[in-house]
Amino acid sequence: MTTTAAPTTRRLNTAKAMAEAIAQEMRANPEVFYLGEDVGPYGGIFGSTTGLFEEFGPSRIIDTPISETAFIGLGIGAAVEGMRPIVELMFADFMGVCLDQIYNHMAKIHFESGGNVTVPMVLTTAVGGGYSDGCQHSQTLWGTFAHLPGMKVVVPSNPADAKGLMTSAIRDDAPVVYMFHKGVMGLPWMAKNRRSIDVVPEGEHVVPIGKAAVAREGGDVTVVTLSLSVHHTLDVAEQLEGEGVSVEVIDLRSLVPLDRETVLASVAKTGRLVVVDEDYHSFGLSGEILASVVEADPGLLRAAPRRVTTPDAPIPYAHGLEQAVLPLHDRITAAIREVLA
Amino acid sequence: MTTTVTPPQDHDTSSGVRLDLYRTMVLVRTYEMAILREYHADKGPGFDIGKGLVPGEMHLSAGQEPVAAGVCAHLTEDDAVTATHRPHHFAIAHGIDLEAMTAEIFGRETGLGRGRGGHMHLFDPKTHFSCSGIIAEGYPPALGQAFAFSRRGTDRIAVAVTGEGAANQGAFHESLNLAALWHLPVVFVVEDNQWGISVPRSASTAVPSNADRAAAYGIPGVRVEDNDVDAVFEAAGELVARARRGEGPSLLEVSTLRLLGHFEGDAQGYRTDLDEVNEHDPIPRYEARLREAGLLDDALRDEVAREAEERVEAAIAFAKDSPLPDPAEATRYVFPEEGSR
Ligand SMILES: Cc1ncc(C[n+]2csc(CCOP(=O)(O)OP(=O)(O)O)c2C)c(N)n1
Repeated sequence: MTTTAAPTTRRLNTAKAMAEAIAQEMRANPEVFYLGEDVGPYGGIFGSTTGLFEEFGPSRIIDTPISETAFIGLGIGAAVEGMRPIVELMFADFMGVCLDQIYNHMAKIHFESGGNVTVPMVLTTAVGGGYSDGCQHSQTLWGTFAHLPGMKVVVPSNPADAKGLMTSAIRDDAPVVYMFHKGVMGLPWMAKNRRSIDVVPEGEHVVPIGKAAVAREGGDVTVVTLSLSVHHTLDVAEQLEGEGVSVEVIDLRSLVPLDRETVLASVAKTGRLVVVDEDYHSFGLSGEILASVVEADPGLLRAAPRRVTTPDAPIPYAHGLEQAVLPLHDRITAAIREVLA
Repeated sequence: MTTTVTPPQDHDTSSGVRLDLYRTMVLVRTYEMAILREYHADKGPGFDIGKGLVPGEMHLSAGQEPVAAGVCAHLTEDDAVTATHRPHHFAIAHGIDLEAMTAEIFGRETGLGRGRGGHMHLFDPKTHFSCSGIIAEGYPPALGQAFAFSRRGTDRIAVAVTGEGAANQGAFHESLNLAALWHLPVVFVVEDNQWGISVPRSASTAVPSNADRAAAYGIPGVRVEDNDVDAVFEAAGELVARARRGEGPSLLEVSTLRLLGHFEGDAQGYRTDLDEVNEHDPIPRYEARLREAGLLDDALRDEVAREAEERVEAAIAFAKDSPLPDPAEATRYVFPEEGSR
């Protein structure tokens, strides 16, 4: 269910679309506030709060000290009291300094209380590499958040979804981790991807959490992916179309809950599966997708599936090395050809 | 017990030492201006952070040279330094190999980390230098280096550096407590440049001086005002000597200055002191003082500048002439290899 107030052709980048959802929810609900490092006048290092400080001021768009344990914990406490905090962890890579608050508190309080206490909080964080920022600033890590129970995990790939998923995340009574890839934000200082600026509905726009999108229909092979890898996969699919190969692209949009039905329906149609995931190869999302398909029906696959992931090594700094480990066009194309061979 | 002192402004530092401090500061500045030039050379059209010979984030320390020069003048290669995401001034003042560091920043196979680490992740076992892109997380490893030094009965010490923003991180406080408890030979250094990216000190730190925080752990705390290299040298000298004598840790905060943006590409719209910031540049100020003291004239100044320039240009030429790492080896060095050390 996607509600759209009025048809529009207005185009926004992902960062502005995300901020627009926050602004609309803040106008509607005084209990919503946003806090984190450099989210105030700076507008968020990756533009996540562009323009919000100017409208809502320092009491609702709040710069914090560099004390992630304390301010993420503060968000949890405020949420327990019924406020609706959105808390930004600048890079997902920094979760190490505050992970206890995230997975032992934010994610478990509802369960521990036997469902009597809710934590309606959104934790936003930037993920992804591709611009040589080194191994402490380039990880995706959504598999880690998704592995630890008790938090929903959403990962938009485009501006409209960024807005719609943010609206849902703020309204959700569960903690939602909202992970945005730097490369989909449409930032002026990063390599531009034409899909990071697109039409965004102006009014209320809700994208339900847990429903994958068929980003492109096709009949020969299913590529299950998410976030920036959706852009790369669509590029590849367009190219392969010229060779007569029809690629179906599933944009997961959400890891928790995971929309296995949409994946299964697509694989049932194509009989071939490639998973493209910028997270580390082992023990993560890509294995989860393969396992889900095989568990449901091992007969669905006509060829051995393939995974295009970041290998189990830290992400190197040097440009050529980093490009070699990231799941980019060449590796995606090769994997598709392999399952079709 | 706890002392919070501001060293007097009339210095009796010997003239040879003062010229050495000057040389170090000039070398650091010359180096960083060259990196600045190389960094921006190929970012266009526009500014794409991932492009060029030096891609990724770049945090320069221009303005903060007095801290590194004053502290490291008391160290030998056998002492450890753990620095921050803004590491070049400490790296250079501590005597890191300029060519290997530069090659790392250029992502070359001859670099300190064979191009895997990058500018925020410089590791030099020879000078026991390291740094980290995760805020305050260089403090805890310094404890272990100091532990090893004292267990082995040496008088070697560790110096751990953070910014004033990072002093609000849990690891900072845990480290001060543990070092105090176990009398570890560590000098904790806080560079107070007033800004944690866009957040002013007044919005991040509850106490006027981090030197006051030392009192909470029963260790000496000293704050040096005015970015004064002679004063840093004197204060650090006492604290380093104290640590070498086995009298335990201490905290030195220096009021310093970030001349440039947090990272290159930072428009600094949040900054209120930009108009006059260059007036406070510590290097021309120190030059004037040395001239007044009769220690520096035009000829010597030119000689120091030329020496620095030659060393820096040689390092940059070395980096540019060095081979790029082989992409086929992007996942090497996750684990030690047979005979790799
Ligand atoms: C745990 C963690 N949180 C946040 C960041 C992002 N970050 C990098 S530098 C910085 C500001 C640091 O300020 P300060 O410690 O004063 O050092 P300065 O940059 O001024 O030298 C922030 C917030 C980080 N790298 N690690």
